[in-house]
Amino acid sequence: MIGMNHFLILSAILFAISIMGIFLNRKNIIVVLMAIELMLLAVNFNFITFSSFLHNIDGQIFVFFTLTVAAAESAIGLAILILLFRNMRGVNVQDMTQLKE
Amino acid sequence: MNISLFAAIPEIFVTGMLVIMLLIDAFIDEKKKAVNTIWAILTLIGGFVLQLYVFIPGKVQLAFNDMFILDAMACGMKLFTYLTGIIVVLYVKRYVDDKQLLKGEFYAIFLFAILGMLVMISANNMLILYVGLELLSLALYGLVAIDRDNVRSTEAAMKFFILGALSSGLLLYGISFIYGATNGHLQLESVYAEIGALMKGHVNNASLVFGVVFVVAGLMFKLGLVPFHMWVPDVYEGSTLAVTTVIGTVTELAAVVFVIRFLVGGLALLGPQWSIMLSVLAFLSLIIGNIVAIAQTNIKRMLGYSAISHMGFIAFGLMTTSVEGLSAVIFYVVTYVLTALAGFGVLLMLSRDKYECEKIDDLKGLNKSHPIYAGILLLVMFSLAGIPPLVGFYAKLKILEALVATGYIRSAIFAVVMSLIGAFFYLRIVKVMYFDEQDSEIIVADNCILGRSALVLNGLALLVLGVVPQQLMVACLRFITG
Repeated sequence: MIGMNHFLILSAILFAISIMGIFLNRKNIIVVLMAIELMLLAVNFNFITFSSFLHNIDGQIFVFFTLTVAAAESAIGLAILILLFRNMRGVNVQDMTQLKE
Repeated sequence: MNISLFAAIPEIFVTGMLVIMLLIDAFIDEKKKAVNTIWAILTLIGGFVLQLYVFIPGKVQLAFNDMFILDAMACGMKLFTYLTGIIVVLYVKRYVDDKQLLKGEFYAIFLFAILGMLVMISANNMLILYVGLELLSLALYGLVAIDRDNVRSTEAAMKFFILGALSSGLLLYGISFIYGATNGHLQLESVYAEIGALMKGHVNNASLVFGVVFVVAGLMFKLGLVPFHMWVPDVYEGSTLAVTTVIGTVTELAAVVFVIRFLVGGLALLGPQWSIMLSVLAFLSLIIGNIVAIAQTNIKRMLGYSAISHMGFIAFGLMTTSVEGLSAVIFYVVTYVLTALAGFGVLLMLSRDKYECEKIDDLKGLNKSHPIYAGILLLVMFSLAGIPPLVGFYAKLKILEALVATGYIRSAIFAVVMSLIGAFFYLRIVKVMYFDEQDSEIIVADNCILGRSALVLNGLALLVLGVVPQQLMVACLRFITG
């Protein structure tokens, strides 16, 4: 029988993958943006799980807000990415070294 | 069901003015863009007046089905947000013109950020807290990137975006666990009540504590406490001075109220759990902030590290969770914002077209050529270092008093030692301004009279509030006690 814990573990795995995608990634910023999306989706999964098992609708409403914000966030992220590409001729994480002590 | 919108009238007004501003900006030609500046100031003044009109002293007003709260703290902090917003616009006006930043967009995004802060300050529900926070953060990502052809700005924007999105993700993950552990509550007071009931029943609250850890991590990212501080120096240095002013001043107000609402309002009963986390973060922030700042040659970056150390002080105040501690936190943040504002104001006034006043060496011999700007910067540095009779001294004193009163004596001693170390790099700026010979003449563009007089008043306020801090302290106490 699949219980609440199984869903929570799945979302925790997704969340951990996304954190690793941000911190271990040494190459491409686009991968980081994907990891951010994955993180928000892991959170959504969590909310829906709780909402469904607790029979409370608030969590699903929260998910709608998170989805909307995630869309706006990725739009801004991509816009900054385009600026970065225009200024640096590349989107490599390792090239971002202009600001250092 | 409470569908009254009365308490939210100022926010609705700001939103309406913003939409009109975006429309005007789309149809107006480039030469008449100065209208946007005036419109932004009008919006903020209108919001200020409406806020005074809407607020009924001694009464807590709710709106949007109790998701939106207007109490003494919300009203006071919002009034202060409007005020700092107006001062910021006056300071950056000439700078934005000279740098040829996108004027319409700059003020529109700035107002969006202000709106996000107002929503955060008034949030009474975790959903609204999150929406307000995102409205603020998304606007700030845009602001940092507004100098489009500047490599450093875009890099700062990218770093800010990634770490900001990561911190919202952590916060949301924490919120989802709190939502689950409290059987589906998002409203802050019902979260509080539900946690009380859970604790009485001795239910295993592991998932609740798990959520709190993530929430604290997310919140501390926003405040910029070590080890979540990586974005602060980069963003302060990389963004243009006008944007650094916005990030370094007004935002701190909303961030601190946000933390107070969330931790002290909703999660008060888990105080033992989160205050221990806060104390560790505060220790680290005071060490890193004060020591790394010594090595900086860039003033903006130095002020970034200084912001980290001041946030460490604020975290110490939050850790006490006593009424005195929290009112000291409010007093600290209000005066810190005022002080930082004057500091950034001087730097903004000294910058022109292509030249940005950001190296410490740029200030050499400032006293000879511009004694007033040097004098204001002197007050700012003394106040940040916490030297009496300036206001920064009382802010630090209040926090230390609260720490001692709640038995955190070692933390208090540590904080004093660290702010002594911090005094070094503040006083170095004073030394550079007053005792070094200038390399080249410092040319200052003509700043508008409003901006200059606002700056002088701001500088004097640091001194006056330092001599008679009583009124502000009483007001801050009232914000907390209601």
